[in-house]
Amino acid sequence: MKRTENYVKIEFLSRSSNEGFARIAAAGFAAQLDPTLDELGDIKTAVSEAVTNAIVHAYPDALGRILLKMRMTEGNVLELTIRDWGRGIDNIDQARQPLFTTGGTERSGMGFTIMESFMDRLSVKSSPGKGTTVVMRKRIATRINAGK
Amino acid sequence: MDVNAVCEERNLTLLLKGELDHHGAKGLISRAEREIESAVPLKLVLDFAGVSFMDSSGIAVVIRCRQRMRELGGSVVLHRVPQQPRKVFEASGITRLVAME
Repeated sequence: MKRTENYVKIEFLSRSSNEGFARIAAAGFAAQLDPTLDELGDIKTAVSEAVTNAIVHAYPDALGRILLKMRMTEGNVLELTIRDWGRGIDNIDQARQPLFTTGGTERSGMGFTIMESFMDRLSVKSSPGKGTTVVMRKRIATRINAGK
Repeated sequence: MDVNAVCEERNLTLLLKGELDHHGAKGLISRAEREIESAVPLKLVLDFAGVSFMDSSGIAVVIRCRQRMRELGGSVVLHRVPQQPRKVFEASGITRLVAME
């Protein structure tokens, strides 16, 4: 495991109004790595997808806890962990397929595809009845003459 | 998410403003469906100029609108899409189904 330079942990309730909050929190933390606007957009989008999945799928009929852990490691890498203690995913491979969804008409089934294409690495661990942990990593390129 | 609807002849334009995520997607879909019902347009323009953030919920909105417009024999066009939502649309492959101008 790479050395931790900084980290933040935030726990919140699975209300959809917290989707926007989680994005802003992630953007605020990631700002320390001096990302481009494009990279910041990627991070916000990936967090939004993972948190929305937890809200919609982990706790379909109730409110539950969601943990957002953000870690900065050596080499300018941002690691985002989104954890819930909800229903879990029966078949992760199927869930990661583009267009696969068990959500309603307001879901597109593209969440994991977006997370995969906007971040460098994505891992999903889940046990039915116990919850799901999504870990995403993205290296933020160091910019020449970037202010520190 | 704020929506302003403008209908000229058989063109319905929905000007979207704010952040488009799961929290607001359901409301936006029902609003779009209501506007389509009353205008019965041949062309639906979704104007994204005012959208400051969009995740995959936006794809679901576009797919729903496209289905509804096809039932009416019409089409959907995405207008003035900023960089961040554009990237989400391109990653999803929906740009093969819906024109982005």
